[in-house]
Parts: sequence; structure tokens; C-alpha cells
Amino acid sequence: MSKEKQVLSVPPSVQGVDRNLDTSLHPEAIDVRNLSFYYGDLQVLYDISLRVPERSVTALIGPSGCGKSTFLRTLNRMNDLIDGTRCTGECLVEGQNIMSPDVDVVLLRKHVGMVFQKSTPFPKSIFDNVAYGPRVAGERTRSVLNDLVESCLRKAALWDEVSDRLHTPAMALSGGQQQRLCIARTLATAPKIILMDEPASALDPASTDRIENLIGELCANYTIVIVTHNMQQASRVSHQTAFFFKGRLIEVGPTMKIFTSPTQKQTEDYITGRFG
Amino acid sequence: MTSPVSFSTSISRRHEKLIRVCLFCCAALSVLTTGAIVYVLLSNAIYAPGDKTAFFERVSLTEFLTSAQWKPAEGDKGRFGIWPLLSGTMMVAVISSLVSIPAGLGAAIYMSEYAGARERQILKPVLELLAGIPSVVFGFFALKFVTPWLLKPLFGWLDVKVSIFNSLSAGIVVGIMVTPLIASLSEDVIRSVPRSLREAAHALGSTKYDVCMKVVVPAALSGILASFLLAFSRAVGETMAVAIAAGGSPMLALNPLEGSQTMTGFMVHASTGDSAADSISRMSMYAVGITLFLLTLVINLISGWILRKFREEYQ
Repeated sequence: MSKEKQVLSVPPSVQGVDRNLDTSLHPEAIDVRNLSFYYGDLQVLYDISLRVPERSVTALIGPSGCGKSTFLRTLNRMNDLIDGTRCTGECLVEGQNIMSPDVDVVLLRKHVGMVFQKSTPFPKSIFDNVAYGPRVAGERTRSVLNDLVESCLRKAALWDEVSDRLHTPAMALSGGQQQRLCIARTLATAPKIILMDEPASALDPASTDRIENLIGELCANYTIVIVTHNMQQASRVSHQTAFFFKGRLIEVGPTMKIFTSPTQKQTEDYITGRFG
Repeated sequence: MTSPVSFSTSISRRHEKLIRVCLFCCAALSVLTTGAIVYVLLSNAIYAPGDKTAFFERVSLTEFLTSAQWKPAEGDKGRFGIWPLLSGTMMVAVISSLVSIPAGLGAAIYMSEYAGARERQILKPVLELLAGIPSVVFGFFALKFVTPWLLKPLFGWLDVKVSIFNSLSAGIVVGIMVTPLIASLSEDVIRSVPRSLREAAHALGSTKYDVCMKVVVPAALSGILASFLLAFSRAVGETMAVAIAAGGSPMLALNPLEGSQTMTGFMVHASTGDSAADSISRMSMYAVGITLFLLTLVINLISGWILRKFREEYQ
């Protein structure tokens, strides 16, 4: 039997994503070199090296527990919040090693924003949610905040739905709206890089669609790294796909190549659904 | 012919019933006690069956609520305005809140957000130890340490006179007493704020202090307020420490450096005094008791309502 028959038919990409992009020509936003990660004595990431090109979407795929979320969370040092974690290797953002102890994680996280699997609106109004980041950064001017909140809600494709109720509780929004609010809230801190940890896995298909299209729009201005369990989603929204398995980076390449002609047997088995 | 298997009730099944009855009696006991207390209060204060006369059958409610003097010892010529006692109680409770709210909330935030697991293992039992000290000990602590060694030198330096018995020392020690209550209740609600909210706040470039003050504490605010109210109600009902430290002179003066008498303080005084059992001064104790009962009941109901509201938000 021919090999092509086993490979998934790849769905069309969202607008704004070129899946055959030669990423080696792009300047890099993130350059990870020989990263290993430990929870106490348990090693969960083994010697990962990965380049993330600027203004593109990199999808991290792999079965549950393969370390892709842990890897994502090292990129803004979110794992610092967990006791007993340890990391070796380098991760360069803007040419600086963010693993270095003298890095101010508060400044780093403004530059590298994050959207979580579960939408996490604060129990405040829609406006106050989006204005949160600028406010903790010291912005107090009402007119500046007003403009910022509007532009971020527009970028997150939520403005039209909430513009008449900005001062009502964010908790009252639907799941999909809450997640777009969290994206708007992240945009408000003016990051260059946005990390997304399964941002659509708890949403219905229509909301998922909106988030995917949004990713396509955002990658014109932001570098996005997204963890997803949904392979269709990875193939639709990303320029580059990285396959993780048991804490190792098995293969990384242009999304079209990974999904049509992977070089590694494990990658092929995973994307054709034979395990995972 | 008898069947080899019997379905008739065995002795051990009858025990089940007995256990049920015993447990019901235990539950009924607390209900009955509450009922008995309310009955005793009402029958002595508002309407007495038989030939006894209740307090409000001798003293008008208007006198009780409007008179500015509390002089029960003078019998039927005495004055029975609740305000001196109520103001004494409120002054001590408010001073105690000024001490316990910052200390308790600070301790709660430290334990839940800043302290490591080891530190928490030491801090929590120490706070519980503080909660376990008998209140009479706190009374002597106020009388023998806080007033002579803290307040007198401090206010003496400012040339202000401090009485041996004063509301300030009583309020301070009651504040110390109820600090563990606020710390432990607030810590529970602060810890129950979902971890995901903290992570989201950190991911937006917040410092730890921002995360605590702008996200975690506001999210737990209703629970924290409820703990403040419960502590306030404990302070209102606190007896021995204030009876010792604040003294026994009911007056409608809001000077915390002078002695005052609280409602609980008066009740200790009245129930241990040597006036006759049906004298008006003894009966007045029940009217004060009802006032105190209603006051703490209302505060507890409000804080219970706030706590329930908080649980609905997050569970």
C-alpha cells in the first residue's frame, strides 16, 4: 500500500497562515537550546531545541503528558510558581536568556503573554479585566485606558458583542466570549509573543472557529505558540508544527510537511491516529 | 415445618433503632437548650407567667431605649437606659476590630500566599494556640500588662491620663483574641480562590503583591467580610476579658481611656451581686441579655448570608 493513503487529508488553513513557510528565513522570536526540565527528581523534558520564527504560529502537538504544556510554560517562566521545579539549558527571547536568575519575570511576562485552557476572567467588569494589565503597569489615564480597552477588544473580535456593556461582570459572558476576553486582556499588556495552552479545548465548534480565525489575524503582528490536542486545529492555524513525545521533541517543521510527509515514524503514527 | 431461613427481626436490628433514638436525643438536646434559654430570657424580660413581674412590665421600653443612664442598683427609682452599656460594648468591639482586622487579614494573606509549607505548619498551630488561651487570662493581661506597661507610658508621654480600667486595653486584648478567628476563616476563603486566577494574573505581568491585592483578595472579599463580622460578633459577646479590663462603670462617654461597662460585663456583675432574685436590678440582666442575643444573632445571620453568597460564586 502506498504511504500517502495513511496520511490525513489536511483541512484548509485559516486565512493568514502559510503552512509551507520556510521558517528558516524568518528572524526568530524564541530560540530554545538544549532545554531540560524537572519536577523534583522527575525529568519531564529532555534536551529540547526549538526555534520559533517571528510573527508566525507554532503548534505543539503530542499525546497527553508528553510535556508540551510544561514546555510552553517555561517560555514565560510560569513554572516558577510551582515549588520544586528545575530547568537546564537556554531559552533566548529577544536575544536574552530568560532562564537566567537575574531576569525579572514580571517584565518577561508582559513581553510573553499567555492564554489558558480554562478561561479565567477575574470577577470584575469586562472593562476592568482588559484594563488590568495596563493598570498594574501603572497606567491611570482614563482616556488612554478607554482607547486601549476598545482596540484590544476589537483585535480579539469581541468589541461588537460587548461594547454596550463594558461595565457588566465578565463572568456573565459565554465560554467563547470569556476566552476572547482573556485574549483581549493579554493583548492589553502589549506582548510580542502569545502562548496559548489549548485555548479552544473547552469551547463549542462555533466558538472554536472564531478563536482559530482570530489566531490567523493575530499572527500578522504577534508570535504565537499554541498547544493543542486537536490535530485538525494544529494543521489549520499553524505555520510550523512541533511533535512532542514522552518529553522529547521528535520532529519540527513546516506544518504542511509534518502533516503530509513526516520523516519520523512516531510522528506519522500520531498524526494518522494510530496512538495518542 | 419451619423454614431453615428466618426473616424475623433479630436483637441486633432492634439495637439499630435504639441507636437512632439516642442520636436523635443528642440532636434534640441542643435545640431544647436554645429554646429554654430563649424562654428564660423572654419570661423574665417581657412577660412573666404567674405572679412574677417581668422587667418590661415594670420599666417601659421607651425608658430602656431612650434614657442615657444605667443605674439599676437604685431599684424602682433607678434609670434603665441601655445606651451606656451598648456604647461600652460597641467601643470595645470597634477597638478590637481595629486591631484584629489588619492583623488577621495580614496573617491570612501571608499564610496563604507567601509562606512556604513549613512556615504554615508552624504558624497555624501557634495561631490556634492563641485562640485556646482562656479569656480571663487575656483580662489580666490587659489589666497587668497592656494598661500599666503600654498605655500608661505611651499616653503619659503625651500627658493624657489613663484609668486603670479602660476600654482601650479591653479592646486591644479582645482584638488579639479574635485575630486567629479572622486569620483562619479568611485564609480558608483566600485559599479557595481558584489557582487559575492567580496564574492568569501572574501571566499578565503582575507582581506577587498585585496578584494578592488586585485579584485574590477582591475575589475572596465577601468571605473575608464575613470573617470580620463573625469576629465582631465574638467581640460583642466576649465577657471575662472585658469585665476585668474595662471595669464596671456604665457611662455614655466615648473616651476609650476611661472605664466603661459592657453588656456582658454588667451581666457578670448583676448575676454575681447580692441583690434579691426578683429585684429590678437583677431582672434588668434579662433585658440586657435579650438585647445582646438579638445583636449577635443579627450579625451572625448577616455574615452567614455573605458566606453563602461567596460559596455560590465559586463552587
